[in-house]
Amino acid sequence: MKSLFGVRAWFRSGTPWIWLNAGAIALCLVMVVGVLGLIVVRGGSHFWPADLHQTEWSPESGQKKMIMGELVRSETVSAVMLRESGATVPAELEAVTRYLVKVGNRDIYGRDFSWYMDYEISGWTVPEGTIALERRERGNFYGFPLKLSEGDKVIAEGPAMWPELLQRVERANTIFQQMKDIEKNDISRINNQIEKLRLTERRLVLDKASDAEMAEFKAQAAAENKVLNDEYAVIQQKLDQLRAESNRDSLVARSAEGREVTISLANIVHAYAPNDMSVWQKTTHYFKGIANFLTEEPREANTEGGIFPAIFGTVTMVILMAIIVTPFGVLAAIYLREYAKQGPLLKIIRISVYNLAGVPSIVYGVFGLGFFVYIMGGSIDQLFYPEALPSPTFGTPGLFWASLTLALLTLPVVIVSTEEGLSRIPSTIRMGSLALGATKSETLWKVVVPLATPAMMTGLILAVARAAGEVAPLMLVGVVKLAPTLPIDGNFPFVHLDQKIMHLGFHVFDVGFQSPNVEASRPLLYATALVLVLLIVVLNMAAIYMRNRLREKYRSDAD
Amino acid sequence: MQAYEDLNAEANFADQIHRMVMKMNQDKLTAPPVETELKLSDEKIKLQVNDLKLYYGDALALKNINMTIPEKRVTAFIGPSGCGKSTLLRCFNRMNDLVDICRIEGQILMDGQNIYDPKVDVAELRRQVGMVFQKPNPFPKSIYENVAYGLRLQGVKDKRVLDEVVETSLKGAALWNEVKDRLHDNAFGLSGGQQQRLVIARAIAIEPEVLLLDEPASALDPISTLKIEELIYELKDKYTIVIVTHNMQQAARVSDYTAFMYMGDLIEFDATNKMFTNPSQQQTEDYITGRFG
Repeated sequence: MKSLFGVRAWFRSGTPWIWLNAGAIALCLVMVVGVLGLIVVRGGSHFWPADLHQTEWSPESGQKKMIMGELVRSETVSAVMLRESGATVPAELEAVTRYLVKVGNRDIYGRDFSWYMDYEISGWTVPEGTIALERRERGNFYGFPLKLSEGDKVIAEGPAMWPELLQRVERANTIFQQMKDIEKNDISRINNQIEKLRLTERRLVLDKASDAEMAEFKAQAAAENKVLNDEYAVIQQKLDQLRAESNRDSLVARSAEGREVTISLANIVHAYAPNDMSVWQKTTHYFKGIANFLTEEPREANTEGGIFPAIFGTVTMVILMAIIVTPFGVLAAIYLREYAKQGPLLKIIRISVYNLAGVPSIVYGVFGLGFFVYIMGGSIDQLFYPEALPSPTFGTPGLFWASLTLALLTLPVVIVSTEEGLSRIPSTIRMGSLALGATKSETLWKVVVPLATPAMMTGLILAVARAAGEVAPLMLVGVVKLAPTLPIDGNFPFVHLDQKIMHLGFHVFDVGFQSPNVEASRPLLYATALVLVLLIVVLNMAAIYMRNRLREKYRSDAD
Repeated sequence: MQAYEDLNAEANFADQIHRMVMKMNQDKLTAPPVETELKLSDEKIKLQVNDLKLYYGDALALKNINMTIPEKRVTAFIGPSGCGKSTLLRCFNRMNDLVDICRIEGQILMDGQNIYDPKVDVAELRRQVGMVFQKPNPFPKSIYENVAYGLRLQGVKDKRVLDEVVETSLKGAALWNEVKDRLHDNAFGLSGGQQQRLVIARAIAIEPEVLLLDEPASALDPISTLKIEELIYELKDKYTIVIVTHNMQQAARVSDYTAFMYMGDLIEFDATNKMFTNPSQQQTEDYITGRFG
């Protein structure tokens, strides 16, 4: 008689399998949570206004001075290692704790971050009355405010100046915004029009227009040019005026070691006093920081500021990709499934299409660059934009080519899921429609295709998820580190398909590996990665929501 | 073992109900005085099948069928599975055209015109010869849109016309009272029997001349079957109906004429009363009395 207990029985009961499966799932969950947790913690903590710590630094060589900044992290390293790298560490020490401090004040120290050895500093204090200034150029400033002046006149001094300072920073920012609006709208519009005039003239030359026509146009163009130039002069004057206005106020502040610096308020994005803020104020500041990160443009070679152009570029590109790939893939799938004669040839075609999904994405990038950009884009330029040559319009990487390359990349996914959806539609439904006197195409478009829309949406979801996260091919076909303008704006034709765009995935790469200021950009790297993940989640959720609505609408017994 | 017995008991119970309903139904249908003896030669001919042969690839599925379908009567096709009765039914609206390997010889005349003539518009033919399938197959649309589908195909856009046709069709299919308050709900919310009546309403909405029913009640419960049979009884005033059925009692109850087919041959075709009481072929008698098939 067999024993009901023991290892054998345990195995036969199937319990180990259940544990194995559950373990696999647990491992997956741990990895997902780990990845998300890391980027959330590393990225999210960047926006919290850290206290400014001060200490006295007395290095072996050189004189004592006060230093102040944000404590980034500390680590303990062996003294031997430090000695080998050239540091003079006291002989009695075996291990040294060192601190990485964001000291800011790049205009004074030349760099934002410095390491300080434990044995060279006295204890950390958190002094009151400090300010942190987020500047448009040269990074943050940390120090103590001395006096605020309007022109040469001193407005306020000491702690009393704080509300005044905030108010005036606000004013300077408003003016700055006005200037940016003018540059973005008016000046770019005028430039556009002048460029258009130039191109029209060039076009006339290329078309070999008669002298009379030429003369007429030139006269007209000269008149228009004059109007535009006059307009430009007025705007320029206004800009100068605004610039002077924004530079009106300045702040004199003292850095930790006692140097006095004059900072124009026009250069300040945001002023805050982290050491004097309550938790509530810090929280507000935190969320404002996140909002700014999402809505602002990057500054200082992508190491500061926001990532709005990258978010905007990614979304625009993915939407454009979806618009291209959906009809294309659906039509191809319908032909493959409904009209093509099933046979060996079709089988080969189908296998080829399916295998396209496995081609490394960089290959698509190469294809996109070689075929779309150079051949197609080049031809388009020759045919439609000859006046702009030799500077290319579409013959250079840009939004449209990036979207098209991604559409090609995701095409197999859409075809496969659409085909599957079509094949799942019961034949009785087709028969029912045909028996009512519908032709094959009427049946297809009125009954079969609507029923297959949830499957198409599934394909689209997969396509969007893949496209939004793809980076490698995009570097070849239209994504750049810094795009001066957004691909959609108020100038005709509003969506600029030829423009280069920024992309979150590429931004992560750029901030992570191409940054001139690694320590400063590290938190932004995580924050950008987090935004990318969230963006894909949002895009997917939207698509899934739409699919579920469709499923509900076309609910059938077949599902 | 216990489960099997339970199942068996339940099946028996269901069978009993079925018999009861059938009996009720039969009483009801045979209650009116038997009309004068039907004779095929007195009927007006709607469809005439001449020397029809149908091949699936190389296999001969219908062997030289000759028959006439009388107008505004219910004609039932009976016979064992695979005898070709459904195939023959599908010849009347050329649904067999959808099968690639299917080939047809011979003629089917509808009102004197050969429907296999190359000049015939198949879509137009199918508008005149409606069809209802074994399994209810409503479209994934609202009840209203299901019924209006055929009309919309013909380009009818007038809301009033559509409303009217939907109402009369649903009334004609004895479904109106059950669905009038939820015309714009999804048709899949209906029960199987309701769906089948909806499909019939959809078919009669385009006013066909002939209605082909391919085992319309075989996927339904007894109550729904009863309703469908009542419906067929009412519809024959307006339409020529051809029904394929596996259910001998059903054929006896609803049809005026019955054709018995076996192995692709038409064995016997006559008035239903005669077929079920005094068939002229031994094979027919054997099948009807349940000795084979």
